[in-house]
Amino acid sequence: MIHLRVNGVERSFDGDPAMPLLWYLRDELGLTGTKFGCGMSLCGACTVHLDGKPVRACATPMRQLANTQVVTIEGISPDGSHPVQRAWIDSGVPQCGYCQSGQIMSAVALLRSNPHPGDREIDDAMAGNICRCGTYQRIRAAIKAAAEALREHE
Amino acid sequence: MSTNECRVHAARFADARFDDGIEANAIENLSRRGFLKGLLSTGALVLGVHLVPHAARAAEKAAVSRSRAESATLHPDIFVGVESDGTVYIVAHRSEMGTGIRTSLPVVVADELDADWSRVKLEQAIGDWHYGGQDTDGSHSIRDFFDVMRRAGATARLMLIQAAAAQWGVRAEDCETELHKVVHRTTGRKLGYGELSAAAARLPVPRKETVRLKSKQQWRYIGKPHKSYDLVAECTGKAIYGIDVRREGMLYAAVAHPPVLGGKVKSYDDKEALNVKGVHSVIAIEPFKPPAAFQPLGGLAVIADNTWAAFQGRKKLTVEWENGENAAYNSDQFKQELFETVRAPGRVARVAGDVDAEFKKGVRTIEAVYYVPHLAHAPMEPPVAVAEYRDGMVTAWTCTQNPQAVQYTVAEVLKIPLAKVICHVTLLGGGFGRKSKPDYVAEAALLSKKTGRPVKVVWTREDDIKFGYYHTVSAMYLKAALDAKGRPTAWLQRSVFPPIASTFKVGANYGSADDLSLGWTDIPYDIPNLRVENGPAKAYVRIGWLRSVGNIYHAFATQTFSDELAHAAGRDPVDYLFELIGPPRIVDLKGTDYPNYNASYLAYPIDTGRLRRVLQIAAEKSGWGKRKMGRGRGMGVAVHRSFLTYVATVVEVEVDDHGKLKIPQVHTAVDAGFISNPEFARAQFEGAAVFGTSIARTGEITATNGAINQSNFYDYPVARMPEAPLRADVYLVESDAPPAGIGEPGVPPFVPALCNAIFAATGKRVRELPLSKHQIT
Repeated sequence: MIHLRVNGVERSFDGDPAMPLLWYLRDELGLTGTKFGCGMSLCGACTVHLDGKPVRACATPMRQLANTQVVTIEGISPDGSHPVQRAWIDSGVPQCGYCQSGQIMSAVALLRSNPHPGDREIDDAMAGNICRCGTYQRIRAAIKAAAEALREHE
Repeated sequence: MSTNECRVHAARFADARFDDGIEANAIENLSRRGFLKGLLSTGALVLGVHLVPHAARAAEKAAVSRSRAESATLHPDIFVGVESDGTVYIVAHRSEMGTGIRTSLPVVVADELDADWSRVKLEQAIGDWHYGGQDTDGSHSIRDFFDVMRRAGATARLMLIQAAAAQWGVRAEDCETELHKVVHRTTGRKLGYGELSAAAARLPVPRKETVRLKSKQQWRYIGKPHKSYDLVAECTGKAIYGIDVRREGMLYAAVAHPPVLGGKVKSYDDKEALNVKGVHSVIAIEPFKPPAAFQPLGGLAVIADNTWAAFQGRKKLTVEWENGENAAYNSDQFKQELFETVRAPGRVARVAGDVDAEFKKGVRTIEAVYYVPHLAHAPMEPPVAVAEYRDGMVTAWTCTQNPQAVQYTVAEVLKIPLAKVICHVTLLGGGFGRKSKPDYVAEAALLSKKTGRPVKVVWTREDDIKFGYYHTVSAMYLKAALDAKGRPTAWLQRSVFPPIASTFKVGANYGSADDLSLGWTDIPYDIPNLRVENGPAKAYVRIGWLRSVGNIYHAFATQTFSDELAHAAGRDPVDYLFELIGPPRIVDLKGTDYPNYNASYLAYPIDTGRLRRVLQIAAEKSGWGKRKMGRGRGMGVAVHRSFLTYVATVVEVEVDDHGKLKIPQVHTAVDAGFISNPEFARAQFEGAAVFGTSIARTGEITATNGAINQSNFYDYPVARMPEAPLRADVYLVESDAPPAGIGEPGVPPFVPALCNAIFAATGKRVRELPLSKHQIT
């Protein structure tokens, strides 16, 4: 039995310990905001926070998750009020929207570790998240806007 | 509908990628007919717009007897409903895959209704042929439905005004609307739409002539930037895509497809697969009978309790395949065949003057051959469908661009009437043309029938890349004769590619008039001797339309060749393009079979004045010819009309000594006629530059012995943030010309503009894509 917290809620899992976190979240908990895109850590659509660090849920087996804290897109704010989500909404980032949960989770983690990211640092932090619609320009703008908003909050 | 009728229907959709022009024939008051039951109360005002002629409806009604249950769940036509609490319901009948169309069209209804957008709720339509063709592709939703939507909203608005006037005992002419309210001008009395809906619901629909549309100045939303209805849901993980659908008792399936198109299972061993915890069963899916069309590919389905178990079970299958004749396909060898075919005379699709006579005159001639490989769509959400078979009826929930194709495909595969298939449309995690082909939905339907439970079929990224409907592979041969000033006096262009028709008709090997209209027969150049040709090519994989379709390879060839000629003539590429385009005029295509994206040539002619204008804007905005670019830097230009929209693109590049490519800026000028939502339009052209970057840098699908070599984003890379253009600026021409396409026309000129920029920066001419083959990464 593996005990973990998902978005602050105590959970326990006794299935196949090789099952990636992604499918536990989606198929068992019904937390479908975390998306499947490649299954091998190549696209970032499944990015969640594990003990505060961004990880790809598609390649994180359940066996590694005992006594950990997992936060998904559903856990960063109930209503889209997180400054990064606000920036995403104001910049009209999404086209199809499918990759944006993962993009937002990567951006939240970036701004937590680096409140003043430059273009190069944004590139480095976001290079693992593919957007096939091509919203990168707006993602970059939204990250900068969110950084500013977060600084004002301080 | 009988199977035969269904097939005719399927053929119609398969052959005509572009729907017939849609005309609103009548608006009907459906308030008391019980439509949208459960959504709207009995007192609500509900209007339906008929999109297909009455004669066709009558014929269809006679042919199909619907049960009451069926018609209750049916949403015919386009609805606008006003609820007694003032909520306005609008049915969105196009698929949302990122273009914003699910918002754009209802916004038009809301504006003419003078409704408060915050009180509008959208209802996504199921598949129903009453909507006309629902296949959301070809960049024509606004073009076809803008006027219809305006009239639907304006009609409802007039009925609400009439209801208020009757209540006040005043003339309707003395009333107006003011955001969700009717106002009596002289007394200032006001009634909200909700208070009026019941009375309006009892009124006859006013005659078309009496309905007044808003003037452009009165528009609240149309023509102004407007955010997507689904924006917040998409930023909070709440938006529901195909992969997010859950049904009670649902099973999960992964399908092992034959590695070669048309292959069959020879033998298999599923012992180990069945030992995987959570795996229920392994079910064989029959191979299809050619042509492939939208049928399932066949193979073995692993049925399980969850997605992961299904994937694991599939890995444990041991299958021996019988590959069939498509195992003869090796794309390297095929490329050489295309290069041979493209140099031999082909079928003539357009001709002016005498190209051969001009070539024989012994003036300077230049020729070149271009090549674009197969491409895969790779939408971020792979193909996924949930289907539930019960009592001879299938209900599907899926990310589809074409719910009607789901209906006829499932009906045909399961041998049930078309009316027994209901298709709910979710949001699409990207489409790019892949999701107008519903083979994956038919798999789910078959498996639900066999298991007696709802089944979700999930394609992995490997399934998506290995079993696609590929953008075709092509070679283009171009030859021009130049006069003493370097101006072409003769121009020959010939393309060869396995056509999309091969997916629907065994043996089809020439491009159709539709295929060739995509940037080939419509070349807008002012050259006295011109010949456009097409040669044959056999298909070994499923060929399908991908965003921008034939325009990708045709524009790559014509726009790279134009740049090559400019350099050969020692001329500036922009000046040279102006000269090629010639004076402002309507291009005369008499004698050429030119479908013009199924639009009237009178309303949407090829107007070189508009093409010149976008070129002018892109050149000015980019500072073309006015900036020193320095070593390893360069600018490239291309201009192309597609989907009735005129686009000019200037790309700036930096290429270092190791071939590392950077794209600091892209300038795109667009004349798409009237643009109903400039916010979405900009986003589509920004995105097109990234999609084009993927095509140009690394886009290549190859095959060995009939099997696709690529499988995931490591060997089929697409542009990531650091590789994408840092900035893509979009300049929209303000125009009152009829609306044209937005989703697709940005891609075709981007790719050659990028390659022309690389030539300017490095002197390296790219005639074969992708760039990774030229040590540019």
